[in-house]
Amino acid sequence: MDVLLVLVVLAVVVFVVSRPLRGGHAEAVEASESAQRAGLEAAKEAKYAEIRDAELDHRMGKLSEEDWRAQDRTLRAEAMEVLRRLDELGPED
Amino acid sequence: MLSLGSGCLVLALGVALYGIAASLYGARGRAGAGSRAWVDSGRRAVYATAGVVLVAFGVLEAAFLRSDFALSVVADHSSTTTPTFYRATAVWSSQEGSLLLWVVLLGLWSSLMLFLTRRRAREVAPYATAVLLGFAVFFLSLLVFLENPFDRAQTVVAEGAGLNPLLRHPSMMIHPPMLYSGYTLFAVPFAFAVGALITRRLDAEWIRLTRPFTLAAWFFLGCGILLGARWSYTELGWGGYWAWDPVENASLMPWLIGTAFLHSVMIQEKRGMLKIWNVSLVLATGVLAILGTFLVRSGILNSIHAFGASTLGVPFLILIGAMIAGSVALVLSRASDLRSDARLDSLLSREAVFLLNNLVLVGLCFVIFWGTFFPLISEAVTGNEASVGPPWFDRYIVPLSLILVLLSGIGPVVAWRRATAANLRRNLARPGAVGVLALVVLLLAGVSGSVGALLMFALAAFVFAAVGQELWRGVRARRAMSSDSVPRALVSLVQRNRRRYGGYLVHVGVAVLFAGVAASSAFQDARDVQLQVGQSAKVGGYDLTYVRPTSKLEAASNGRLEKIDLGAVMRVSRGGKQVGTLRTERSFFPSADPTLGPVSRFFEGEATSEVGLRAGLRRDVWSAISPSVRDLRKQVAEGDRVFNGAKALPPVQRDIALAEALSGLTRSYTVNPPAATFRLIVSPLVSWIWIGALIVFAGGLIALWPPLRRAPRPVAARYAARVARELGRA
Repeated sequence: MDVLLVLVVLAVVVFVVSRPLRGGHAEAVEASESAQRAGLEAAKEAKYAEIRDAELDHRMGKLSEEDWRAQDRTLRAEAMEVLRRLDELGPED
Repeated sequence: MLSLGSGCLVLALGVALYGIAASLYGARGRAGAGSRAWVDSGRRAVYATAGVVLVAFGVLEAAFLRSDFALSVVADHSSTTTPTFYRATAVWSSQEGSLLLWVVLLGLWSSLMLFLTRRRAREVAPYATAVLLGFAVFFLSLLVFLENPFDRAQTVVAEGAGLNPLLRHPSMMIHPPMLYSGYTLFAVPFAFAVGALITRRLDAEWIRLTRPFTLAAWFFLGCGILLGARWSYTELGWGGYWAWDPVENASLMPWLIGTAFLHSVMIQEKRGMLKIWNVSLVLATGVLAILGTFLVRSGILNSIHAFGASTLGVPFLILIGAMIAGSVALVLSRASDLRSDARLDSLLSREAVFLLNNLVLVGLCFVIFWGTFFPLISEAVTGNEASVGPPWFDRYIVPLSLILVLLSGIGPVVAWRRATAANLRRNLARPGAVGVLALVVLLLAGVSGSVGALLMFALAAFVFAAVGQELWRGVRARRAMSSDSVPRALVSLVQRNRRRYGGYLVHVGVAVLFAGVAASSAFQDARDVQLQVGQSAKVGGYDLTYVRPTSKLEAASNGRLEKIDLGAVMRVSRGGKQVGTLRTERSFFPSADPTLGPVSRFFEGEATSEVGLRAGLRRDVWSAISPSVRDLRKQVAEGDRVFNGAKALPPVQRDIALAEALSGLTRSYTVNPPAATFRLIVSPLVSWIWIGALIVFAGGLIALWPPLRRAPRPVAARYAARVARELGRA
C-alpha cells in the first residue's frame, strides 16, 4: 500500500515537473518584461519615490526651498533619462 | 504509512537534485530555445519538493497524534499522557522533526517567492532556484542519511518518554515555527543575492523583488525571539527574559544584520550606493540564519535549549564554510560591478545616519558573536573553555543600544541627500528639549542609581517626540495639499508611504522596548527566601506572604498519571493593604528510567515551574516556588518498597493503588507543609517590553503591507510632462 502511494506521489511529481518540457503548455511567463526593462522600471519607481520624498521633506521643513528646488531639478532630469532609456527598449510585449 | 514518509523524503531529495540541474542547465542556455522550459521545470521542482515534504510532514504529524511508538522519534518525544495540542507540536521538539519542519517551511516560502517572480528576474531566478534547492538538498540529506524521522524503534514500547516538560508552554510551541520561518525566509534574499552576483544583474531589481520576504523574515524572526523571551520569563523559573544564551544569541544575530540591511538597502534603491555593503549584509544574514540552526541542532555550545546531538556538527560546518567561501569569492569577483553609482552628498543626511545605524547594528552583532563563541575561541587558544556572562555583554551592549536609540530619533528628522545645519537644528530642537525635560523630571522625582537607564528613558522620550513631530508635520503638509481632516490626512499620509511610517512606528516600539529593558534591569528587586506558611518577605516595597500550600495529582485524558504539582498561594500587600494573590507551583513529571521505584520516579524526572505573576503597566510582581520534597523522602521510599513487593497485582489494580498512594503523598504535603524556597522579584516596566515589541511588529506589518495598485500609465509624448503626471497620479 505504501509503495503504491509513493508511486502515486512520484507520478504527480513527474507530471508537474515535466510539464514545461512536454511542450504545449504556454507559460504565461512568455509575456514577461525583459530583465533590462525590469531594472529600468525599478530605477524609475525609485526615482519617483525620491522626488516624492524630497517634496515631503521640503513641506515638512527638512529641506530649504533652495535645496529642494536644486534636488528636484536633478531628480526629474534623472527620471527623464530613465524614461528615455525605457522608450529606447520599445513597447512592452 | 511510515514507508510513505521515508519514500517521500527520498523522492523530495531526488526532485530537489533534479531541480538544481534543470535550473542551471536552463540558465546557461545550452538548450537553446528550450532553455526557458528547463528553467520553468526547475522552478516547478521547488513546488514539487515543497508538496512532497509536506506529505512526509503530514505522515509524521499523524504518527505523533496517534502515539505510534513504532517510530522511535514518537516514543522519545511524546507519550499518551501528553495533551493533544502538545502531541501535535511535539514533532518539532525532536531533532528529526525540526529539520523536517525547516525543509517544509523552506519549500513553502521558496515556492511562494518563485511563483510571485515567475514573470520577472528571468536571469537571476534560475540561480536563486538552484541555491534554494541546494539548501533543501542539504537538509533532506541529513533527514535521509543521518536523522531519519521515520526510523523504526528497535522495540515498540507501551508508553513514550513524553514531551520535555519545559516545552509544554503555548509560546514555546509557536516559537520554533516562527524562528524557522524567519531563518528560511532569509534564505530567499540570500539566494537572489547569489543569483544577482552570478549574473551581474546588480541593480535594485532583486532587492525590490525580495524586499517583502526580507521584511517577513525580520518580522517572523522577531516574533520568534519575543516568544522565546516570554517563555523564559514565565516558564524557566529564574525570573529573566534574556540570558545571553547561545541559542538566544543565534537568533538575534541574523535579526540585527537583517535590520541593518533593511535600512541600508534604501540607500541603494534611492541612490545606487552601498552595493558591496548591502550584498555583504544579505549574504551574512543568510549565513547567520544557518548558523542559528546549527547552534540549536549541533549541541556544540552549552545552552538551556540546544536540544540537538553533536552528530550534525560536521555537515553544518561544511555548509557554513561553503556559504562563507562562496559569498566572499562572489563579492570579490564582482567588485567592479558593485561600484556605487553616486557618492554621499553630505554627512548631514539620512544616508549618513543610516550608515551610522548600520555600524552600530553590525557592532552589536559582532559583540554577540564574540561572546557566544568565546568558549570555543578560548578553548582553541588556551585549551580551557571559558565563557562570558551577562555583565560582559552589558558592558558593550548598553552603550551601543543607547546610540542606536539616539539614531532612531535622529534618522526620521533628517532629509535625504543633504540637510542644512539650520534645518537640522530646528528639527531637533523640540525632540531634544523633550528628552532633556524627561531627564530633569526623572531626576527631580528621585529616580537615580543607573546612568544608563536614565539616559535610555531620556532618549526614548526624544524618539517619541521626534516621531510625533514628524507625524504632525506630515499631517499638516498633507492637509495643505488636500484639506482633509486630521485623522484622514494621517491615514492618507501613512498609506502613501507605508514603509517610511511603518518604520517610524518600529522606532517608537524599539524605544519603548529598550525603556522597559532598562527599567527592569536597573531597578529590579529580587530575593531568594525560605518561608514557612504564614511568614512574609519584603521585596520592592511589597510584602509577600506564604498563605497556604497547594498540591495536585494530575492525570491525562486517558487516565494515566501525568504529573504532581506542589505549590503555594501567596498574598501580595503594599502598605498593609492586600493588592493581589499569586499562585505558583512546581510540576514534577515522572522519569522514564525503569530502574527507579514506581513512586520515586515521580520525583526524579523533569520538573518545571509555574510562575505566579501579577503583571502591571508600572511593575510586575513575580514568584516561583521550589518546594522541599526532602520531608517526603521517607514516604516515597516506603511507597517504592510496597509497590516493588506487589508485582503480582494486575496492572489496572496496581495503577489505581499507585494513584491512591501518590494522592495520599500530595495530601500529606498540604497537611504538614515544609518550608519552601521562593524566588521573589519586583521589576518595573516589564510589560512595556512586550508592548514595545507589539508596536515594533505593528510597524513591521504596516511596512510589509502591499501598496495599493496604481493605475496603468500611458506612454507620454514628453518625458518631463510624463514625470510630473505620473508623480501626480501616484
